[in-house]
Amino acid sequence: MKAAAFDYARPATLDEALGLLRRHGDAAKIVSGGQSLVPALNLRLLSPEILIDIGRIDALRGITVEGGTVRIGALTRHVELMNSAPVAEKLPLVAEAIPHVAHPAIRNRGTIGGNIAHADPASEMPAVLQALDAVIVVRSADGERRIAAEEFFTGIYETALRADEIVTAVEVPAAKAGERFFFHEFARRSGDYAIVGLAVRMTVSGASASNVRLGFFAVGDKATLAEKAAAALSAGPVTAATVAAAQAALADDLTPQDDQQASAATRLHLARVVLGRAVAALLEDPSLAGRTAA
Amino acid sequence: MTARNPLTALDRPNSYIGRAVPRPNLTRLLQGRGQYVSDMTLPRMGHVAFVRSPYAHAKILGIDVAEAKAMPGVIAVVTGAELAKVCSPWVGVLSHLKGLKSAPQHAIAVDRACWQGEAVCAVIAETRAQAEDAAERIFVNYEELEPVTDMERALEPDAVVIHPELGDNLAFERNLDAGEVDKAIAEADAVVEADFLFGRHTGVTLEPRAIIADWNPGEGRLTVHQGTQAPHMMQNIIAKHLDLEEAQVRVVCHDVGGSFGIKVHVYADEMAVAALSKLLRRPVKFVADRIESFNTDIHARDHRCKGKIAVKSDGTITAFVIDDITAIGPYSMYPRTSAIEANQVVNLVGGQYTNMNYRARARVVFQNKNVTCQYRAVGHPIACSVTEGLVDLAARAIGMDPAAIRRKNLIPDDAYPTGSASGLKFEALSHHASLDKLLAMMNYDALRAEQAELRKKGIYRGIGLATFIEVTNPSAAFYGVGGARISSQDGVAVRLEATGRIVVQTSITEQGQGSEAITAQVTAHALGVPMERVRVILGDTDNTPYGGGTWASRAAGIGGEAAWQAGKALKANILAVAATILQSSADALDIVNGFVVDKGTDAERLPLEEVARIAYFRPDTLPPGFQSELMVVRHFVPRQYPFAFTNGIQASYLEVDPDTGFVTLLKHWCVEDCGTVINPQLVDEQIRGGIVQGIGPALYEHCRYDENGQLTNASMADYLVPMAAEMPDIEVAHVVSPTLESELGAKGAGEAGTAGAPAAVVNAVNDALAPFDVRITEIPMTPEVILRALGKV
Amino acid sequence: MTASVSITLKVNGETVSADVPPRMHLADFLRERLALTGTHIGCEHGVCGACSVRLNGEVVRGCLVLAVQADGAEVLTVEGLSDSGEIADLQEAFRNRNALQCGYCTPGMLLTAQELLAQGGVPDRETIREHMSGNYCRCTGYQAIVDAVETTAAARAAARG
Repeated sequence: MKAAAFDYARPATLDEALGLLRRHGDAAKIVSGGQSLVPALNLRLLSPEILIDIGRIDALRGITVEGGTVRIGALTRHVELMNSAPVAEKLPLVAEAIPHVAHPAIRNRGTIGGNIAHADPASEMPAVLQALDAVIVVRSADGERRIAAEEFFTGIYETALRADEIVTAVEVPAAKAGERFFFHEFARRSGDYAIVGLAVRMTVSGASASNVRLGFFAVGDKATLAEKAAAALSAGPVTAATVAAAQAALADDLTPQDDQQASAATRLHLARVVLGRAVAALLEDPSLAGRTAA
Repeated sequence: MTARNPLTALDRPNSYIGRAVPRPNLTRLLQGRGQYVSDMTLPRMGHVAFVRSPYAHAKILGIDVAEAKAMPGVIAVVTGAELAKVCSPWVGVLSHLKGLKSAPQHAIAVDRACWQGEAVCAVIAETRAQAEDAAERIFVNYEELEPVTDMERALEPDAVVIHPELGDNLAFERNLDAGEVDKAIAEADAVVEADFLFGRHTGVTLEPRAIIADWNPGEGRLTVHQGTQAPHMMQNIIAKHLDLEEAQVRVVCHDVGGSFGIKVHVYADEMAVAALSKLLRRPVKFVADRIESFNTDIHARDHRCKGKIAVKSDGTITAFVIDDITAIGPYSMYPRTSAIEANQVVNLVGGQYTNMNYRARARVVFQNKNVTCQYRAVGHPIACSVTEGLVDLAARAIGMDPAAIRRKNLIPDDAYPTGSASGLKFEALSHHASLDKLLAMMNYDALRAEQAELRKKGIYRGIGLATFIEVTNPSAAFYGVGGARISSQDGVAVRLEATGRIVVQTSITEQGQGSEAITAQVTAHALGVPMERVRVILGDTDNTPYGGGTWASRAAGIGGEAAWQAGKALKANILAVAATILQSSADALDIVNGFVVDKGTDAERLPLEEVARIAYFRPDTLPPGFQSELMVVRHFVPRQYPFAFTNGIQASYLEVDPDTGFVTLLKHWCVEDCGTVINPQLVDEQIRGGIVQGIGPALYEHCRYDENGQLTNASMADYLVPMAAEMPDIEVAHVVSPTLESELGAKGAGEAGTAGAPAAVVNAVNDALAPFDVRITEIPMTPEVILRALGKV
Repeated sequence: MTASVSITLKVNGETVSADVPPRMHLADFLRERLALTGTHIGCEHGVCGACSVRLNGEVVRGCLVLAVQADGAEVLTVEGLSDSGEIADLQEAFRNRNALQCGYCTPGMLLTAQELLAQGGVPDRETIREHMSGNYCRCTGYQAIVDAVETTAAARAAARG
C-alpha cells in the first residue's frame, strides 16, 4: 500500500503557496498535518500531481483573542487547541470537543485547517464551528473571503473552498454570559468517528432556551445545524413536549444515511436521544432526557 | 513427586515449572531489535504486488501486461497461466472427513477468479511502490459471472454452482444423532429454540502475512523466510507443489507479528511467491498490505445455527439439537480444510453437560467470498455461544438462575473418565470446581443484588456466564489420519555445550505465546541449570527436529513434554559422564544450579563446564569404551486420548444503555483448567488476550459483504477491532487437573479465552435487557442490533 | 515529475541526509533507508499505531508523515529511546508483566506510553487506556500493558518523592 508518485513543494509564504495553487489547480493538494490526506494517498484514493506543503508558513499559526472573537490560525494543531488557555476560557465547547478528535498521535499533528478543509461529515469540528457561529477565513491570490461556517460545509468532503483557495484561519465568537454548551458523540470506540454527535450552544434563562444552535455531525453528508429543532426548543419554556417536538423536527432537519456502522433509522434515533440528553443537561432537568425504563 | 502434584514445589534452585519467569526473548523485542520477515532485505530482492480481482466471480478473458512491463523498476510480470507451469494446484480435502470435496486451486487464478481479492497477476519490481505503480497499468479483461454469496441460496437447486464439476455447492455435510432426542423433546417441560447468527470475522494480526522466498539455483535450494506457525508443514507443501525434494526447501521463521491460526494455512499468494523466486532465480518478498489482509487472510465463523434445547422443570437438560450452516468461500483451504470448524461445532455443542440426547447437522457451503478456515478456538465460540445461549434461554423459560442450571447439568468432577454425546473422550475435567471458584471470585450473589438495585434506578446491567470445553494437545486424529503431512508429534534436541551452557532445538514455534520461554523453563528445570544458561532455537527446518509447530494449543502440552523428556535424558547422560569422572555412581549424583552435586546433601562436586571440558577436550582421560553422549533428542505425542480436553467458565459484567444500544464492559472473569501450569503469567495472558479476541466479534468485528460479494469494510477504519479504552479488566484463576498422558501434565490454554468470551458477553447483554423481554442471538451486537431488538428502530 | 527531494534530519541523535521520493512516508524511510526496523508497519492508514515515532518531541504516526516533511526535524525511534535509557524502566515493567506477546505493537506502545508518563503524575487506568486507545494490540487484551504503564508511573512518582 504505497502512495502513487507526486511532486512536492514547500512554499515559505502564503503568497507563494497561493501562486502554486493557482498554477496547479485541481492537480494539487494542500497538505499540512496530513492526517486526513496521507491515508488517502497511501490507499491511492487520491493521486494528486503535486502536494503543496503549507506546514511551515508561520503566518498561519497562532491563537489570538481580539475583542469578542478568538482567531485560530489554520495550522493550529488539535493538541495546541487542547492545551490553549484562551480556548479553555473563551471557547469551552471547542475545549470539550477536541479530546474526542481521534487519538493523541493524530491530535499532535492534525491541524484545524486541514480538519475543516477535509470536511469529513463525521468530524467534530465542523459541527462545533457551526454551533458557535464561526467564520472560516480563506484566501486565494485574489484576496480573502470570509465564509460563515454553516455555508462552508457543502457535502461529503466538499466545501465552499474554491480550487485556488486555502483556509487561513477560523474566527470563533467567544462565549458570552448566559450561554451554555454541550458536546457529546456516540462513537463505537474512543477516538473513532462518531455514528452521531451533537455540539450545542444555547442561552438558558430559567426554563427557557434561546439563541439555540444545534450542530449535528455524522448524521448526513455534512455537519448540519438542526434549525427546526432549534426553533422548537426556543418556543417558550422547555418541557417534555417541546423536547419531543424538537426531536420530531429532526426528521426534517437531518438527512441521515446508511453506512458501515449504522442505518439511517438508527442515526435519526440516536440524534433524538442525544438531543434529549443535551437539553436535559443544559436545562439541568434530567427528566427531559426521556430515558427508557422497563 | 506424585503424579497429581508434579513439579510445582519451588524447593530447588532451578524449579522453573509453575513460576512466572519473564520470557528471555522479550528484551530484544522491547528495544525494537526483533526481526520480523517484513523487516528483512536480501540482496537482489524483488517486491511483489498482486493484481487482484475486483469481482467476486469473473472469467478472465485476457490480461494485457505490455504497459506494466515497461514501467520503471519492473523485473517481471507473471500471470496465473505462466506460474502454473512452475507450481501445481492443490485440493483442500482430508480423507477422514467423509464426502468433503473441493476444487483445484492455483497459486494465481488461471482462467477464473472466485472471490474479490483473489490474485490474478503478479508484478515484481525493485520496490513495492514501483510494483504497485505497474499493477495499476495491467489491464484484465473480465467477464463477470453471477456470484454466489448467501449460504442458504447457494444450496438451492437453481443456484449457480461455483465448481460445476463438483455437482453442487455443498462441500461437506455431517449428521449426528445420539440418544433419544425426539422422546426427550416430547417429555420435556420446556423446549426453546433460537437462531444464532455469527458475523464472519478475521484475525487482523498486527504484522500482516509476510514471506521472502530465495531460490538459489547454484545450491538447488529454496530458503523461505515466512511468518508461519508450521514450518515443517510448509516445507513439505512448497516442495510438493514446486516439484522439489523436501530436502531442497528450508523454511525459517523469525519473529512473527501475531498468528492466531491466520498463519498456519497455505495461502495461494504465498505459494506464488515461492514459485516466483524459482522462476526468477532471485529472492522475492511479499508483505500483504492491510487491505490485502482483509481480503485474503482467512476469515472464519460465518455461521447460521438453529438450536433447540429441551429441559425439565427441575432444570435437567434433556436434549440439544443444532442445525448449522457455514459458508467457506470458493475453496476448502489447504491442507487443513475448511470443514474442520463445522465439524468442531458438532463435536463440541453440549459437551460440558451430562445430557446424552443430541442431534446435529452441519453443512459447509461454497460461496464467492474470501476463504474461511481455522482461526483461534476453531469452532469453539460457535459451539459455546449456541450451547450457552440455549442454556440461558432454558433457564429463563423455567425461571431458574443461570448459575443454578449449570450446576445442575455440568458433568460432575468425579465422573471421569467419561465422554460426550458426540463421542468426545474426557480424561479429567473440573466444571464444578471451576464454577464454584468463578462464582466466589466474582461475588456472584452480591453482583446479582447490585444488578437488582441498579435496575430500580433505570441502570441495566447484565451478568453472563459461559462454560466451555476446549480441544488441546491434538494427536494425529486432527489431520494425520486424514492424509495430511502435518506432524502431531514434536521433537526437542538438547545439548551441553563445551562452556557448560545448554542449547535446545525444538520443533514448536513462537509467535508470542512464550514457546521459547516455556521450553527454556522446562529444560532448565529438568536439567537443574539456571534458565539464563539455556538458549532455545526454533522455527527453522534445517535446525530443529521434525514436528508440528504451534497451533491448536499444542506447544506446551506436546512440545513441552518433549523438552522435559529430552532434559531428563541429557541429565542422565551428563551424570553418567560425571560418575565416570568422579568414580561415583550416577544414582548418587544430581545436578543443581549448574553443578553436579551429591544427591541428598547437594554438596557441589563438579560444575557442568568441567564435565563438558573433560568430555569434549580430554576424553582420553575417560575409561576405554565409555562414550559421552551430550546431545539427546526426544519426541512426544499423546496416544491414549485424541485430544486433551480442558474446561473453564467465564463471566461478563456489563451495562447496556437501552436508549442507544451501546454496551459498556465493566469486568470479565475466567476460571480455566489447563492442567499443569508451566508459567502462570503466560497462561493468564493467553487467557486475557483470548478473551479480548472473543469480545471483538461479539461486539465489533465483522467482515461485511454486500450482495455482490464485495467486502465493504476492508480497512482498519471500518473493520473495528477491540482497543484499549473499551476493554475491561479481566480476572483469571485456575483449577489444575493435569493430564496423565504426560509427566508434565500440561494441557493447552490458547483457545480458552476466545472460546467462551462471545457467549459470556451475549448472555450478559440478554441478562441486562431481560426486563425488556429481549433476546439477541446475533453477533456482533452492534448498537443497531440491540436497538432493533428493543424495537427502537 | 516526482523528483526526489533532499532532506536532512536528526534521527536518534545522528544527522542523516538523504534524497527521498516525496511519496515515501517516514516509517518507510526509517525502515528502508536507515534500517531502523523497530518502527513497525501495521496498517499504513493511521489506525493501528505500530509506526509511532517521536517527531520534534511529540508522538506521531510514522505512516502519516511524509519523509520530506521531516526535513530539519528531530526523530526518535524505539531504538534511540532504548539506547538512551530513557524508557529502561518502562521496558523492564513490560518485561516483568509480559505486556507483550508477539512484540509487533510494542515499540508504538512504548512511545505512546512514555508520552503519557512524561506528563507526570500517576494516571488512573481509565486515563491510561484512553491515552493508548489508538494503538492496536491483538495479543495481550491490553490489561498487562495498562498494568505496566501504571506500575512505571507509580515508580517514577515514588522516585520523584
